[in-house]
Amino acid sequence: MRSRTVVLSILFAALAIAIALISLSVGTAKLPIADVVEVLLGGGRRGTRLVVIELRLPRVATGLLVGIAFAVSGALLQTLSRNPLASPDIIGVNSGASAGAVAVIVLAGTGGGNISGFAAKVGIPLAAVLGGLVATLIVGALSVQRGVVDAGKVVLIGVGIAAAANSLVAWLLVVGDVNDAGRAAAWLAGSLNARAWSDAIPVLIAVVLLLPVAMMFNRDLSALVLGDDVASSLGVRVARIRLVLLVIATVLAAMATAGAGPIAFVALVAPQVAQRLTRMERPPLMTTAMLGGLFVVLADLLARNGLQWAQVGPYELPVGVVTAACGAPYLLHLIGRQQKGR
Amino acid sequence: MHVENLTLAYDAGTPVVDGLTLDVPSGQLTAVVGPNGSGKSTLLRGMSRLLTPQSGRVLLDGKDIHQLPARELARRLGVLPQGPVTPEGITAAELVSRGRHPHRGLFGRLTAEDDTAIDEALHAVELTELRDRPVDQLSGGQRQRVWIAMVLAQGTQHLLLDEPTTYLDLAHAVDVMNVIHAAAVSGRTVVAVLHDLTLAAQYADHLVVMGDGRIAAEGRPVDVLTAALLDDVFGLKATVVEVGGAPVVVPDRRLAG
Repeated sequence: MRSRTVVLSILFAALAIAIALISLSVGTAKLPIADVVEVLLGGGRRGTRLVVIELRLPRVATGLLVGIAFAVSGALLQTLSRNPLASPDIIGVNSGASAGAVAVIVLAGTGGGNISGFAAKVGIPLAAVLGGLVATLIVGALSVQRGVVDAGKVVLIGVGIAAAANSLVAWLLVVGDVNDAGRAAAWLAGSLNARAWSDAIPVLIAVVLLLPVAMMFNRDLSALVLGDDVASSLGVRVARIRLVLLVIATVLAAMATAGAGPIAFVALVAPQVAQRLTRMERPPLMTTAMLGGLFVVLADLLARNGLQWAQVGPYELPVGVVTAACGAPYLLHLIGRQQKGR
Repeated sequence: MHVENLTLAYDAGTPVVDGLTLDVPSGQLTAVVGPNGSGKSTLLRGMSRLLTPQSGRVLLDGKDIHQLPARELARRLGVLPQGPVTPEGITAAELVSRGRHPHRGLFGRLTAEDDTAIDEALHAVELTELRDRPVDQLSGGQRQRVWIAMVLAQGTQHLLLDEPTTYLDLAHAVDVMNVIHAAAVSGRTVVAVLHDLTLAAQYADHLVVMGDGRIAAEGRPVDVLTAALLDDVFGLKATVVEVGGAPVVVPDRRLAG
């Protein structure tokens, strides 16, 4: 059981790195993979370095990191609420974060120009985290009764909160400047286009700080899946751990949303697939993280080059369109399973 | 284990358990019975830390359970609450291993001591052969025994079990009672809330009858379970007969016509 999660984690990480290398090599200037590796190891020619390190790597790194962040967030929320449908994109965390971020883009926008430095670098992630926390807080407060979380209610209330946050976003897009609104709309589809290091670094910090903390609660999560009463009689301080992990899950999802827009379905699908493959009774955090990174990097490679490879034309899709195309059928499958009571 | 003047209520409403004092005999099986709504399950929640009392206290080895650190309490007191969640696909051995949670560090694998406790617990409930079976594929009685094994694996001196035989047919209920009784014989202090009076009387060393949030009677089953008490507390007209030293409740029929 244990060894299965380790093997799959390593496998997914290796695949994610392989896809990332391919992503770094394809594009307008096609580079041999050997050159890409040489650059990453610190060598290579100046021109190649510029293309790889400054132009392509930020995008790939952002993709990897937001994949990890979304996936871990989903794994935590699904475990805490004991509901496979409870992921930040379903229960309104991403929508709340989007509302925060769009508010900054639209309200602090300069009427078509780039959003000025401070508002963009600090404002968007911060506003996203605030928006996400507000959404989580409301969903959490409304779905707890007598100190016990109602797994069914979490999703229903979350969907309501998501709708409310989305209408706030729609309103912001209407009242905002056309150009700002346009940029916000592109961002809302979940796009890794033209990512810079300034997009990747906040997510990197969130993942590096919070993933290890979440891992420390692994054993408590294994007790928590047996029910709140059983967990607390096994010595788990349920209320405290639930609060800490809820905040971690929210911050991860919000930072990822700030970095690349609310990329749909990663947080829903990656934990469930990792759980099935490892045959665990809950999504294993590390395997889920690696699978999430792989999912987004692969989806982005397809989003960027799929239409060209299919000879349709030189068009790019937002990565969120690809993840949604894969994730939506899976969501329907999950709902079908739940309806059957299994 | 001592319960001192314990008052329990949900959401600051009227007390469900009202100033109850109870001395739990060590190394014996105590059965708590009573009509629906008499507060027997609430009492058990108050005796563990699942419910914080309005007033009064519960002493375990002379220490207030609310003063003990959560892990420390979990090493002394095992609780099987009602309605535990059986995760899909978890095997019997995996589930039982969760009982070792309070003994384990942050990381690291199961120790030899953990493995021994898990094996012994599975053996005690006679499920060693089914240890690698998913729990959701077992019968209701087997599933309940897996959960009891989890609490046994916790290795605590004290055990609280909330209606461990509910929804089981008589044969499976007897299997479960045998396991619980064996735990008491091996020296553990066991308190079980039960709804079947005859079953409770057959197995319990000490019988506690609750009515209206208080103790209506307690003592040896044969002394406590009388026709007068059944009428008084349960509103049940019944004849109590003795079989093999234990009282058996036979409800009086009121046939129409």
